[in-house]
Amino acid sequence: MTTDVQPVASRPPHPLAETWYHFRQNHGAVLGLVVITAITIVAILADVIAPHSPIAQYRDSILAPPVWHDAGSWRFILGTDDIGRDMLSRLIHGARLSMMIGVIVVTLSLAVGLGLGMVAGFFGGITDVLVMRFMDILLSLPSLLLAVVVAAILGPGLFNAMLAVSVVVVPHYARLTRAAVMAEMSKDYVIASRVAGAGPLRLMLVVVLPNCAAPLIVQATLGFSTAILDAAALGFLGLGAQPPTPEWGTMLASSLQFLQRAPWVVTWPGVAILVTVLAFNLLGDGLRDALDPKLKR
Amino acid sequence: MLRFILTRASLLIPTFLGVTLLTFLLIRLVPGDPIEVRVGERGISPERLAQFRHELGLDQPLWKQFLDYIGGVLSGDLGTSLVTHNPVLQEFLTLFPATIELAFMAMLFASVVGLPAGIVAAVKRGSWFDHGVMGLSLTGYSMPIFWWGLLLILLFSVNLGWTPVSGRLDLLYYVEPVTGFMLIDTLLVGEYGAFWSALEHLILPTVVLGTIPLAVVARMTRSAMLEVLGEDYIRTARAKGLNSRRVVGLHALRNALIPVVTVIGLQVGTLLGGAILTETIFSWPGVGKWLIESINRRDYPALQGGVLLIASTVMAVNLLVDLLYGVLNPRIRHAR
Repeated sequence: MTTDVQPVASRPPHPLAETWYHFRQNHGAVLGLVVITAITIVAILADVIAPHSPIAQYRDSILAPPVWHDAGSWRFILGTDDIGRDMLSRLIHGARLSMMIGVIVVTLSLAVGLGLGMVAGFFGGITDVLVMRFMDILLSLPSLLLAVVVAAILGPGLFNAMLAVSVVVVPHYARLTRAAVMAEMSKDYVIASRVAGAGPLRLMLVVVLPNCAAPLIVQATLGFSTAILDAAALGFLGLGAQPPTPEWGTMLASSLQFLQRAPWVVTWPGVAILVTVLAFNLLGDGLRDALDPKLKR
Repeated sequence: MLRFILTRASLLIPTFLGVTLLTFLLIRLVPGDPIEVRVGERGISPERLAQFRHELGLDQPLWKQFLDYIGGVLSGDLGTSLVTHNPVLQEFLTLFPATIELAFMAMLFASVVGLPAGIVAAVKRGSWFDHGVMGLSLTGYSMPIFWWGLLLILLFSVNLGWTPVSGRLDLLYYVEPVTGFMLIDTLLVGEYGAFWSALEHLILPTVVLGTIPLAVVARMTRSAMLEVLGEDYIRTARAKGLNSRRVVGLHALRNALIPVVTVIGLQVGTLLGGAILTETIFSWPGVGKWLIESINRRDYPALQGGVLLIASTVMAVNLLVDLLYGVLNPRIRHAR
């Protein structure tokens, strides 16, 4: 890749190449990307990789300790839970759920928030006031509280928990989009294409939107961590995924009473949540630095 | 200045009405009739049902119900709990001091640890200390606090036996609530043993609830300090020959603190949201645990009132922070 002979020495690098160059400087961000890639592969191949079924109960080895304990065995590498299910297999399938939660929540909230923010920023006036006031109302509630209330109203369950978390994060995307759109709207290139006869839809989606993408990409990446964390919190409170679903927060909640006897049933789901969320936060921070032209030297 | 305060405060009125409407509508969206939930599986005759509905105003059109609710809210009537039959406001106010005490301690912990950590990290930018602080704060920011609480209980309460597992006070003591703040009440009656017990009970919940704000404060302090340290006036101060400690501690910190104070104030939402998890783990008798219990008991008036009161608290604190920011930074005050 680097051995290519550049035909013209002064040609500027492609913007993506430049972003990648800045991104690579940040070791934490690269680590985050590697971890996320690994988790994604595990999530996709969960059926192949997992040594056991996530819901199979091995009644002969209940609360078996991990392999490095004296009583541990290679059959259950990370031990088993209170009804004899393999922890490792449940964690692997939980990765699939968590990545799915992240993708669905980010897609839903980004789509709605982007739409509302664009409409508010593009049309201004009373539309802007109405949309942004509504967003302010949602923002005045603590995010977890709002998610808890929405989940309580919709009823417990994984899908409803995803909806609840999506509702909570919509205002962030709406605000960000509106600010970016308003900053772009007064620029010459937008006026030029308006003069050239571009309609509102074309102006919004083709002209303005690509130039607002950078902050949204960063926010969407960080949105994965919020989604995974909040969905796990709802699961922990009994308002998210229900047992026997191997969702990490739900796994924690259902094994609480074994905290003393078998610490591993509580330790691993938490480690999984922490590592995944941390990886997305590292990646988001790195992307922010790489995409923010103000920080580029 | 007065104009500034009034403008900012008046902006809150539509938001407050909006939150009231939102909580009102959300609770109406719950599948099932609150009366039927109340009578449970025993069933009820249609006449009695109609009578109950009339008593609670549920046979009125929705807009009328909402106006009645707003009228009640403004005169301090947030309805009655379906389970305890106590006024919701009274239940909330009984439990709220416990949450405030915990949230205050968590914020204190976050500031006392986070401010110095952020300052030193900024001054020694690029050092191992800086990298350590940044790494730890990102980890803290990513922490599932419900799990973090369990780990701390396992280590400090179960294995080491240093701290109590749950609750606010040892069963040995009983202190009549005066202010509702255990640390103050125990001192008021002169029970020093009880005071220590209350303090011991506070340690782990404080650390758990304070972890995310701590990470935010440390990161914010560091970046604010870095920005200020690059300013010309700091170079001037150094060029004058002032010693480094004076430049950092006096000249730089003063200006760096403005955004940090704002961020600390804005954490109140995070704290009250996190209180739901922290109080559930530590059986802390505050409003967070009460809200979750209300959900599980389908006590919708309590849930509705509690959400409205917490949202109002957050709005009030944010307004205060906004005003404080205007006081600290005249540019904001005169900008609009």
